[in-house]
Amino acid sequence: MDKWKKFKESYFLYSFLRDPVAIVSFVVFVFLVLASFTAPFTAPYDPYDTTTISIMDSEIPPVWLEGGEKNFVLGTDSQGRDMLSTMMYGMRVSIIIGIGAVLLQAFLGVVIGLLSGYIGGRVDAFFMRLADIQLSFSTLMVAIFISAIFQTAFGVGKYSEYAVPILVLIIGLAEWPQYARTVRASVLGEKEKEYVEAAKVIGFGSRWIMFRHILPNTLSPVFVISTIQVANAVMSEAALSFLGLGMPVTKPSLGSLINLGFEYIFSGSWWITIFPGILLIVLVLVVNLLGDWLRDVLNPKLYKG
Amino acid sequence: MILKLKTLLFDKIWEKLMFAFITRRIIQAVIVMLIISFIGFTIKHHVGDPVRELVGVSVKASEREALREKLGLNDPFFVQYKNFLKNAVKGDFGISYFFKKPASQVILEKAPATLELVFASSILIILLSIPLGTYCAIKPKSILSRLIMGMSIVGVSIPVFLTAIMLIFLFAVNLHILPSYGRGDTVPILWGMWDTGFLTLDGLKHLILPVIALSSIMLPLFIRLIRAEMMEVMQTEYIKFAFAKGLSKKRIWFVHAFKNTLLPVITVGGVQLGIMIAYTILTETVFQWQGMGFMFLEAVERSDTSLLVAYLMFVGVLFVVVNTIVDIIYGFINPKVRISGTK
Repeated sequence: MDKWKKFKESYFLYSFLRDPVAIVSFVVFVFLVLASFTAPFTAPYDPYDTTTISIMDSEIPPVWLEGGEKNFVLGTDSQGRDMLSTMMYGMRVSIIIGIGAVLLQAFLGVVIGLLSGYIGGRVDAFFMRLADIQLSFSTLMVAIFISAIFQTAFGVGKYSEYAVPILVLIIGLAEWPQYARTVRASVLGEKEKEYVEAAKVIGFGSRWIMFRHILPNTLSPVFVISTIQVANAVMSEAALSFLGLGMPVTKPSLGSLINLGFEYIFSGSWWITIFPGILLIVLVLVVNLLGDWLRDVLNPKLYKG
Repeated sequence: MILKLKTLLFDKIWEKLMFAFITRRIIQAVIVMLIISFIGFTIKHHVGDPVRELVGVSVKASEREALREKLGLNDPFFVQYKNFLKNAVKGDFGISYFFKKPASQVILEKAPATLELVFASSILIILLSIPLGTYCAIKPKSILSRLIMGMSIVGVSIPVFLTAIMLIFLFAVNLHILPSYGRGDTVPILWGMWDTGFLTLDGLKHLILPVIALSSIMLPLFIRLIRAEMMEVMQTEYIKFAFAKGLSKKRIWFVHAFKNTLLPVITVGGVQLGIMIAYTILTETVFQWQGMGFMFLEAVERSDTSLLVAYLMFVGVLFVVVNTIVDIIYGFINPKVRISGTK
């Protein structure tokens, strides 16, 4: 109860309630997440269940267009799957990969950042040069190349079977330097402070000091980056899937749905591409807006500008 | 006399530092190149069977073995790697299994299409981002600036392939005013070495949508970057001093402030190149633009290992060279970098 009261009086909540953009983004975001994760219960059809899909139902337009059917509110795709259900399931895949990839990159980045900031010297030089080099290659390009290599090495069949963990791994590996740099910078600032010295004097080990004393004080930039990174990871995943290097068509994410529908756009079935596209934009946009707001709240440095 | 000696000494130290800095950068570039080539070689070594690619499946096992021996495929790993490096330096990456031509030749044939696309987008980005970014920095509170910044966050949130698809949907499928794929008519220039789409009306028409799509993601990034840098510069003492001195606003904005805005913008050029390469792959795929990015994806689909590795190496070299040059130029401009060795 005490924590709840503290939260109610916090600056965090205050600035949230003052910012209509943040409120709307948050509501939309929660709605999208709920819709995608309750999909097995709320979606009208199960797009993974091939017995309920009939090819006869393919390319039915949305209900408000001529030829639309009441059963398929947003129409169907080229395989006869209900667009609404497939999109809900697809968004779930996109969000899972996005969050999984961010968890992995945050873990890698925080550990490496802590180590290089706290230990310094050769360890620091090595990891930071590595981060510099990798950042200079642009993360999306690295992700495209790694996935291309993986796909050639494993073959398409195996690749699509393990697509979710592989994509998490690829996007996680491609984007850790951002975290590592940020954490390292905050560690360098914190390391010199009295409380760290006090902990050293008491005789705590380096590991304890790093993870129990310094880490909590470097977390606010990590949170800010994480929000933006979720949006980036979702976009990267969509880009990879669109290129055919990501999720297979049988278990589509939003990106592979867009890819699937793209060839049908010329024959007039625009809804297969445009609906998942709009959903992807809305998802990424609200996460970006939330991230922008979070950055303004948690980072008082920016107030001057 | 003493002063002269001092400057002489300083010059000597400076020269030494600069030399050390450049050497270090070049060594680093070579190491990165070696790592990239090693990755490339490992892919080539482990994926696909060059003998099968050459002769098909209907050849006797003993003949295959003879061919393997002749091609040096039974040599130890590092001997093969050495041979791979030797050939790579000469620009020989083996034969593309699909095109039946040397992989480097295929890349050179596809390069003009990509370069024209990138060139046209860069022009568009430079022409638009500089005035818009500067305006947003000078008048941050005006409605137009807010509109531009709002648009830019929407622009960043739309993946480039979706922009491309929507452009096709709108202008090609619905309005029928612009073509949706390919390069259109091209004419050879430079003694047939380069097919350009810049000189025909059809080629230019085909260029419009891909260029807009490719610029759509970079433009917001550049506007934001220029705005942020410019706003920082406007807060500095020397700008305040220039205002106090009574210089005209235009002179301060465009001569004094803008010059210092450009430096950080240029130095991220290396990273921008990588972003550009990633987005050309996406754009070219949507528009079936016959450039290197499209070729790369086709090579992945066809498991055309030689071509894939050649493209990786080509991009790697381009990258390392550009980044090293940018770093060295930056070292000349910003003395702090030379001494610490890191940015």
